[in-house]
Amino acid sequence: MSLDGNEPLSPGRWAMSVPAISMHGVVKRFGSITAVDGLDLEVPSGVCFGLLGPNGAGKSTTMRMLTAQALADSGEISVLGFELPRESKQARMEMGVVPQLDNLDVELTCRQILTVFARLYRVPGDERTTAVDRALALANLVPRADTIVKELSGGMRRRLLVARGLIHRPRLVLLDEPTVGLDPQVRQELWSLIDGLRASGVTVLMSTHYIEEAERLADVVAVMSAGRIVALGKPAELVRDHAGEEVLEVYGPPAKLAEASELASREGWQSRRSGPALAIMRAESLDGRAPDGLRRPANLEDAFVALTGEEIE
Amino acid sequence: MSAQSASAPAPAAAARTVKRLEPAALAGVMSRDVVIFSRYWKATTFSSIVQPTIYLLAFGLGFRALVPHVANHPYVQFVATGVVATAVLFSSAFPGMFNTFVRWQFQRTYDAMLAAPVDVEELITAEVLWISARAGVYGMAPLLVGIAFGLQPVPGMLLVPFIGFLTGFGFASFGVAIAAVAKTIDNFNYVTSAVLTPLFLVAGTFFPISTLPAGAQAIAQINPLYHCNQLVRDASFGALGPADLYHLAVLVAFALLMWRLAISQLGKRLID
Repeated sequence: MSLDGNEPLSPGRWAMSVPAISMHGVVKRFGSITAVDGLDLEVPSGVCFGLLGPNGAGKSTTMRMLTAQALADSGEISVLGFELPRESKQARMEMGVVPQLDNLDVELTCRQILTVFARLYRVPGDERTTAVDRALALANLVPRADTIVKELSGGMRRRLLVARGLIHRPRLVLLDEPTVGLDPQVRQELWSLIDGLRASGVTVLMSTHYIEEAERLADVVAVMSAGRIVALGKPAELVRDHAGEEVLEVYGPPAKLAEASELASREGWQSRRSGPALAIMRAESLDGRAPDGLRRPANLEDAFVALTGEEIE
Repeated sequence: MSAQSASAPAPAAAARTVKRLEPAALAGVMSRDVVIFSRYWKATTFSSIVQPTIYLLAFGLGFRALVPHVANHPYVQFVATGVVATAVLFSSAFPGMFNTFVRWQFQRTYDAMLAAPVDVEELITAEVLWISARAGVYGMAPLLVGIAFGLQPVPGMLLVPFIGFLTGFGFASFGVAIAAVAKTIDNFNYVTSAVLTPLFLVAGTFFPISTLPAGAQAIAQINPLYHCNQLVRDASFGALGPADLYHLAVLVAFALLMWRLAISQLGKRLID
């Protein structure tokens, strides 16, 4: 956070020219398992970028490679203009990380944890108290500042994790499954926090397997499957390109669904089982041959399933 | 969730030149140790001081009647100076093993810290520095008990915390390296029984190694605790001489070797 003015370049040094994150041909293997398989990814500055994929798609491994906590077997990675892994420490100085797994020190208070991380992120001594107070306010934890982590609720702990990753006002924030396992109300709170980050110009890379999360927050979504990006675009574009405008949902007893499914494959319609129904994509182009059913607008989940062939919760 | 503008990124900082082993990173990691210590100092201090003191009293007073003097020193004083090394061993190797394993495997603290601008080398070095500083201080306890039993305070004793620090640095690093290769926390029992206990018995703590068979004497020569004992005794009895440079060199070599071993072993497991 040095503001000493020795830096001749403008604050928006990378904003226009250099993407916040760029990964080219990145491969990461664990023994015989290839977790990331030739990944190409560019995250422009200032956007909220959603990395959407089922469990095991390689999202967390990708996140760990961006902090050099996992080293790629091949390929090139750069973060905020710094080349990884050689310059990863410089990149980590200006990046905040919110991990999927809670790794808070349970014996410490919120304030103690934030103070330790303010030091780790090199917040100068005279700014540390302000930085901690700001992070506490940001996460609505001011009344809990001196409570030890063990005594916080799950939602508070997650907010503290977020506050910890923002203590040094990073330009880039990595959020790995930020709302996994949280109840809907807490999830809403975190969503507004993430939205606020983007509004203030922070680049956000968020991995998630919640469709709704990606749909509501992300400017751009990359769908990840089996270690690579299978589609990329604005959520609405992905829906239009991969699921059409409308979906026809056919309800009924198993025999009726089987019949509809057969019809769909005979006609070459894209369809999938969706809970108790059979969903047929691109309902707008089915003419009059379609079975009876309920028409609804296509959503990102339809596109996601069409792309990855995988159902999600 | 409030104060959105407060989360705006700081203006781009000057491209920082980063080095290995940055003091700011070490201080950051140690600041966490200090906070934890401020919560648990009573228990930590109690176990680190009481255990060696019990050894000291049991052996020192128990054998006093049978063995009045060893190497021209009253037996209690011989043991008091010897138990310094034991105190240092206990307060460095055990935290090295257990704290590392718990923070790495159970609490995932190290994962959190490595996402910040802290390298594995800095993380481990800071943890080892903290443990060895503590070990150096705790190593003074037996000496103070010895003084109560008539050990003459001499200026050379001021070197003892530094000898304890150096020895502790090696054993704390050893503990970290063991934690890195241990499959479960129960594996530490093997190390305690098969390595640490023999080391502290064949170090000239309770009896001079000259009384041992030749084979055991040879083993003592490669035992860092033996060299720690010799240095502590020479410093405490005001008898430092050229031979102590050799003891010092062994301890420095041990510390450096274990430090690098700890970094390479744990580094392999912290970074995928």
